[in-house]
Amino acid sequence: MLTIRNLTASINGTPVLKGIDLEIKAGEIHAIMGPNGSGKSTLGKVLVGHPAYEVTGGEVLYEGKNLFELEPDARARAGIFMGFQHPIEVPGVSNASFLRLAYNKKAEAEGRDELDPLEFDDFIHEKIKLVAMKEEFLDRSLNEGFSGGEKKRNEILQMAVLEPKLAILDELDSGLDIDALRVLGDAVNRLQRADRALLIITHFPRILETIQPQFVHVLSGGRILKSAGKGLAIELEERGYDWVLQEAAGSAR
Amino acid sequence: MSTTLNVVTSQEYKYGFVTDIEADSVAPGLSEDVIRFISAKKGEPDWLLEFRLKAYRHWLTMTEPDWAKVYYPKPDFQKIVFYSAPKAKTPKYASMDEVDPELLRTFEKLGVPINEQATLAGVAVDVVFDSVSVTTTYKEKLATVGVIFCSFSEAVKEHPELIKKYLGSVVPSADNFYAALNSAVFTDGSFVFIPKGVACPMDLSTYFRINNKESGQFERTLIVAEEGASVSYLEGCTAPQFDTNQLHAAVVELVALDHASIKYSTVQNWYAGDKNGVGGIFNFVTKRGLCKGKGSHISWTQVETGSAITWKYPSCILLGDDSIGEFYSVALTNHKQQADTGTKMIHIGRNTKSTIVSKGISAGESSNSYRGLVKVQPKAEGARNFSQCDSMLIGQASSAATFPYIEVQNRSAKVEHEATTSKIGEEQLLYFQQRGIPAEEAISMIINGFCKDVFRELPMEFAVEATKLLSLKLEGSVG
Ligand SMILES: Nc1ncnc2c1ncn2[C@@H]1O[C@H](COP(=O)(O)OP(=O)(O)O)[C@@H](O)[C@H]1O
Ligand SMILES: [Mg+2]
Repeated sequence: MLTIRNLTASINGTPVLKGIDLEIKAGEIHAIMGPNGSGKSTLGKVLVGHPAYEVTGGEVLYEGKNLFELEPDARARAGIFMGFQHPIEVPGVSNASFLRLAYNKKAEAEGRDELDPLEFDDFIHEKIKLVAMKEEFLDRSLNEGFSGGEKKRNEILQMAVLEPKLAILDELDSGLDIDALRVLGDAVNRLQRADRALLIITHFPRILETIQPQFVHVLSGGRILKSAGKGLAIELEERGYDWVLQEAAGSAR
Repeated sequence: MSTTLNVVTSQEYKYGFVTDIEADSVAPGLSEDVIRFISAKKGEPDWLLEFRLKAYRHWLTMTEPDWAKVYYPKPDFQKIVFYSAPKAKTPKYASMDEVDPELLRTFEKLGVPINEQATLAGVAVDVVFDSVSVTTTYKEKLATVGVIFCSFSEAVKEHPELIKKYLGSVVPSADNFYAALNSAVFTDGSFVFIPKGVACPMDLSTYFRINNKESGQFERTLIVAEEGASVSYLEGCTAPQFDTNQLHAAVVELVALDHASIKYSTVQNWYAGDKNGVGGIFNFVTKRGLCKGKGSHISWTQVETGSAITWKYPSCILLGDDSIGEFYSVALTNHKQQADTGTKMIHIGRNTKSTIVSKGISAGESSNSYRGLVKVQPKAEGARNFSQCDSMLIGQASSAATFPYIEVQNRSAKVEHEATTSKIGEEQLLYFQQRGIPAEEAISMIINGFCKDVFRELPMEFAVEATKLLSLKLEGSVG
């Protein structure tokens, strides 16, 4: 589904990604872990086309095609979704109308029927159950005055509405209490299918107890230092990141 | 700044065409003779000529105000044409059939419903082209309930006692530099009179068009609502695209007697100049409402999108006890536009209330300032004001400023002011795009959300138009 080869990227002229290789197939769940500032969010933002990041080398193929030829909105309609670490607030735009426009843009691109406000109302009421969101949040302005946890819940609601092929979830667990984390983790699991894939970005292994990855990658200093199975997450939970960095430094020497 | 943001914030002006029509104009320049010429042309009574000359003599002693945060070359008043009217076979069009077809086509092109049979029925329109009113629709129908809606020139002839009583009663001729100029040279505009107890059965509207390259437009609008009367009035305007600046200096006076209510809405779309700041209208306007009676209510709603320079403060004098003043404003500037706009709420009567909601949007290299005064005089026991002033910046090069002045001379008064500044930046845009929404639609949705509290004050059709207009001003084809 997604092939990343020797990807390098910089922001304001400073290199942040220094050669990333990653292969994600349909049906897989990958976790990118690593200390703060290692470039995890950058990787996600580069994949969705954040204009501030400059791709300086390498390539990314999404479903066999050059991802960078698509505008950010086209990438989204092609099935790539990012749950942001810090979702933005938009006063005056109702959550429901935003969700409906997003849904309809994708439906239009896929040649499906668009939903009018009444049809969408029925549709969204099923979806909010999945993330246990209160109805009143639909009428509120998009993310405005939402707590950190409510924003994350709203991100997963959007994911449920758009049913992306590839979802990149950046620090889903930050701002969430344990119960909310379990609810949203379960929702993400339920949305996962054989023809979809997940890329979970986190620096706490906790979330990986609910959303269990088959592959764990440690990213540090803009490079993937180690890739392994699910067991790596448990090891990181117990031992922290330092040993991986030291191991990598050792092998480089 | 991302190129997407740049592309979508540069849209051409679509009302920039010129109508090729023979005009009856006076030579450029200003003098007592020119004023006498205008007055004679309109067959005015002596007292009105005196009003003009007095204003002119006072104007000569005044200097242009320079406290606003706008920078422009001072107009050369000797180069401005102070009177320009489309040449007509008869001085006043008796019916639509006599209106020059070229003019009709112009307004058709602008989407102004000057034909009563047109689909957009239900709104009466006074159409002002350069210095004269071309036609007023639904006049007879309105007359049956006693509502007077006509051009200002006609009102001078047919209702001189009303004009004499109210002209200059809210904005004195010596009020400020541009109000004095207007009082000296005003050419036409609209007059509205709603008699006691009458709720005007339809929205009234005036459409202003500047066509002549050298001419200024100095219109005068006067709206009087007697005891218990109510009216909703709309004003729209456009101008051709010239590489020189045209001056528009209007005066609008509103008078509301006991329990009367006047709702005045403007969608201002004068030519704004090109993206390098060449050309465009200088819009220096004095608009003021007097809540003269008990429990009277004046509400200003404006959507300011055009003009190279905007200098405009629709205000309310809350004289009557329990009167209410409101100001809802969206001011959008792009490219090199400059706007300094806001309001004055002068609380004089007891338990007077005012609300100010101002939304400034600056894109390109434009500058957008809110300037507002809330003044509570000593006798305004229990006065209340709430002000909300929000600014939104699009891109890196635009600027916004807020100048709230508060003067409270009564201790029981309650004045609240809130202000915010936000940015449509890459992050916000990316968020929408990441959900599959193209940049253009994203900007339009964000802007409409930002302006929601103002748009909901506009009459329905105007709200739709305003929404489209803001999108047009900020959108374009991406890629
Ligand atoms: N806008 C920016 N300007 C300059 N440096 C940035 C910017 N955004 C991120 N960086 C830098 O890029 C590096 C990676 O950041 P990020 O991808 O957010 O890390 P992570 O998500 O792993 O915590 C950090 O060193 C950070 O300081
Ligand atoms: Mg991060």
